[in-house]
Amino acid sequence: MSAHAKTDFVGHDTPAAATTEKRSWLLTRPTAKTGIVSWLTTVDHKKIGMLYGMFALFFFLVGGVEALMIRVQLAVPNNTFISHQVYNEMFTMHATTMIFLAVMPLSAAFFNYMMPLQIGARDVAFPRLNGFAFWVFLAGAIVLNIGWFVKSGAPDSGWFGYAPLTSKAFSNQFAHDMSTDLWVMGLQILGVSSVVGSLNFIVTIINMRAPGMTMMRLPVFTWMTLVTAFLIILSFPAITIALVELMMDRSFGTSFFDVSNGGLPILWQHLFWIFGHPEVYILILPAMGIVSEILPTFSRKPLFGYPIIVFSGATIGFLGFGVWSHHMFTTGMGTVATAAFSLMTMAIAVPTGVKMFNWIGTLWGGHLRMSTPMMFALGFMWMFMMGGFSGVMHSAAPADAQQQDSYFVVAHFHYVLIGGSIFALLAGIHYWFPLIFGRKVSEFWGKLSFWVIFVGFNTTFFPMHFLGLNGMPRRTAVYDGNMGWNDANLIATIGAFILGIGVAIYFGVMLYTYFKGEKTTHDQWDARTLEWTVPSTPPPEHNFDVIPTVHARDAFWYEKTHQEEISKEKAEHAKAEQDHGGIHMPSQSWFPIVSASGLLIGAIFFVNHIMAGAIAGGAIMFLGVYLWAAEGPGGYHIHLDDKNSKH
Amino acid sequence: MSTHAATGAIDHHHDHTTTTGIPNKKLFMWAFLASDCMFFGALISTHLIYRLHPTPNQPDIVGLFSLELTSFSTFILLMSSLLMALAVNACQKGSLHATRKMLLGTIVFGLIFLTCQVYEFNHFVHEKGLTLSSSMFGSTFYTLTGTHGCHVAIGVLWLTLMYIRSFKPADGSPWILKSVVHLAVFAVTTVAFIKSLLSGVHAIHEFGATSEALSTLVHHELPALIVAAVGIAALFFLGRDTKAVEFGEANAIDVESMGLYWHFVDIVWIVIFTAVYLLEYL
Repeated sequence: MSAHAKTDFVGHDTPAAATTEKRSWLLTRPTAKTGIVSWLTTVDHKKIGMLYGMFALFFFLVGGVEALMIRVQLAVPNNTFISHQVYNEMFTMHATTMIFLAVMPLSAAFFNYMMPLQIGARDVAFPRLNGFAFWVFLAGAIVLNIGWFVKSGAPDSGWFGYAPLTSKAFSNQFAHDMSTDLWVMGLQILGVSSVVGSLNFIVTIINMRAPGMTMMRLPVFTWMTLVTAFLIILSFPAITIALVELMMDRSFGTSFFDVSNGGLPILWQHLFWIFGHPEVYILILPAMGIVSEILPTFSRKPLFGYPIIVFSGATIGFLGFGVWSHHMFTTGMGTVATAAFSLMTMAIAVPTGVKMFNWIGTLWGGHLRMSTPMMFALGFMWMFMMGGFSGVMHSAAPADAQQQDSYFVVAHFHYVLIGGSIFALLAGIHYWFPLIFGRKVSEFWGKLSFWVIFVGFNTTFFPMHFLGLNGMPRRTAVYDGNMGWNDANLIATIGAFILGIGVAIYFGVMLYTYFKGEKTTHDQWDARTLEWTVPSTPPPEHNFDVIPTVHARDAFWYEKTHQEEISKEKAEHAKAEQDHGGIHMPSQSWFPIVSASGLLIGAIFFVNHIMAGAIAGGAIMFLGVYLWAAEGPGGYHIHLDDKNSKH
Repeated sequence: MSTHAATGAIDHHHDHTTTTGIPNKKLFMWAFLASDCMFFGALISTHLIYRLHPTPNQPDIVGLFSLELTSFSTFILLMSSLLMALAVNACQKGSLHATRKMLLGTIVFGLIFLTCQVYEFNHFVHEKGLTLSSSMFGSTFYTLTGTHGCHVAIGVLWLTLMYIRSFKPADGSPWILKSVVHLAVFAVTTVAFIKSLLSGVHAIHEFGATSEALSTLVHHELPALIVAAVGIAALFFLGRDTKAVEFGEANAIDVESMGLYWHFVDIVWIVIFTAVYLLEYL
């Protein structure tokens, strides 16, 4: 078998191959290292990670503006700031944008950038496919947002698109509607991106670890990447098939979810939530991974109970597939099903609680350093715990029957998604900013942004618990002044603007730091994992001068405490690698973006029912894939000695 | 043997052994198949759920099916898996000609399966009146078996590309355009051949196995017959063995990954055949 393991890796600068290779101009590999072409053709996991990050943050701001529109409308009773139609578009796109275009790609940004560094690899297993996953993500994001610029408007049937709101008969009664088709197509394309990206991460984590990096030495963030990737590949098919069936209903006259022809709208709910609940963990597990990196670093202690944290994460992923129907307690599933899903939902709180106690155990007795990333991480622990408490309340089906579709639920999931995912992702940006950009964020401004976000977030969402228990339903554009909801809504709106100011400070500080921030020394936080062992910040294209050999779970910490042994080992390995032809790097390629653009073109034509255009898009995609295969994996070598001697 | 040319390009200095020793492509395919399981799981569940909630306009399903035809195509698909396994084996041994023959055999068997499916769909639509929108059974049946058919078609396309890939010259001379022509000829020939074949079957249905059937076929499908005949001749020409090629043991992992996909699609068909067809006869 080992003979086959070599085969997908062809070095093109071996003399024999270099002389015989006559490549057509079509297959000439781009080599630009800077400028627009380098970004369009990149296969570097770090650049792809930054692309994910930039677009995720852009869509985070878009989703934030949508949220503010919603809050303005709800600030006072009987408001007429926006129409019901626009309000529907706002809450649909706010949720879809934040979930699929902000939190998931921001997690993907960290997966891309950090995971290969954390396992001591020079890139992911399939670098071109990684680029493809990003461009497909961008295509899906474009398709989802086209609605803002066309007559029929943005998708407006809610982020879980329950039948019959998505039926053709229903949506066409307002205008000739393509917003739902855009939503269906956009989510399908995003699903392709997520699955392809995740398959790549799975192979990378399992197969590309540095020598000595056993599974139980993987940094927890990498572990959570792996669990999340498995969740994605196993849960996205359910929504993809649900969307395919919906697309068949809307475009080809089937009646999967059409009640008048015997369809079962409840089937949509099941298929959606079989995806939708694991999705919740897809959003939170990466955040838990980031926090598990930050807490030990700033507590000056190893992570408390590493194996338990890892297994809890895997258990959450596993149980996450068995709780979907707690979103459907009020649909009348019957007592047995309701009881079973109730129990499972209570059970899944256990591994989450275990993690919480392990994080507390990590802090316990540590020499805490209250830097900005630590503030966000501690904020995560507290806020996520609050969201967890209200979450456990939902698991009791009778209580849930009262809370269903009320602002209590809105409060709950914003506590776990903002207080949880976003806090941790913002912590991650602060934590890894010095590594990625080589500059340090000012502690004062960083902490200020944290406190403003923290106060704004709680002012917005804490009153919503009361609003929900007082009966305010979600997804209503107006409410009467005599319902007793006025004060809480006004407070929430004020809070939303404080939160907005906090986010603005956060972004302002990041932009300032990117251009003018203080340059950091290497290893800014005195950290413990491999990503900090790169020879410079920002990391060079080849990541590591020498592939690290891992001797302990906190690999970098071990290196710091065993410098003599490690430097001797590195010198030996560097020489061995040089003797073996130098550092192998993957070649750039045009074809990921070409293939993804074919998908985008085909999707837009399909939504407009122009089948010739859809086929043309498919043809472009096929051509891209064909040439992708024809150009081969490629690759070139870097020789550090030559480089150094040239300097 | 071409194998030497192929292995010459492998960089022996870079023993790119993976952490687990499993080739990346193989691991990728296994993970993808896990994902694909969930795709078919959702589709098959949809079909079964709606069989448990039948609509009033549901057709007589047993009267619809032709178990003989479907059993035949199932058998063919299973045998294609055997040929696929032999192709992988031949490629691992570096036997170029055996690999090509087995790949072609798998392609032909896959195409026979697809032809049966086209015939079946045609028959259902035109003679039994079952369409995507005629009843819920039509919706779920066509969506499920159609998705599987797409998987088989993608598999056939992949096999064909691999077959064409096996002609890549070892001396690095330009080849892309030739490969595209090869693929186009393959596609056109296949479509023309299947079209003539289905017309022939239709004529036999109408007139029995008589000369009249033959003349009807020639009368209606002369262009397609000519295209198919010329295409087959062209394929023989394009598929002749000329010079050393860059295809051998080094590509065994590609053939093997493709084989995993192909076997998976076959296994899914066994589940579909049982759940959609055989269960109706209980």
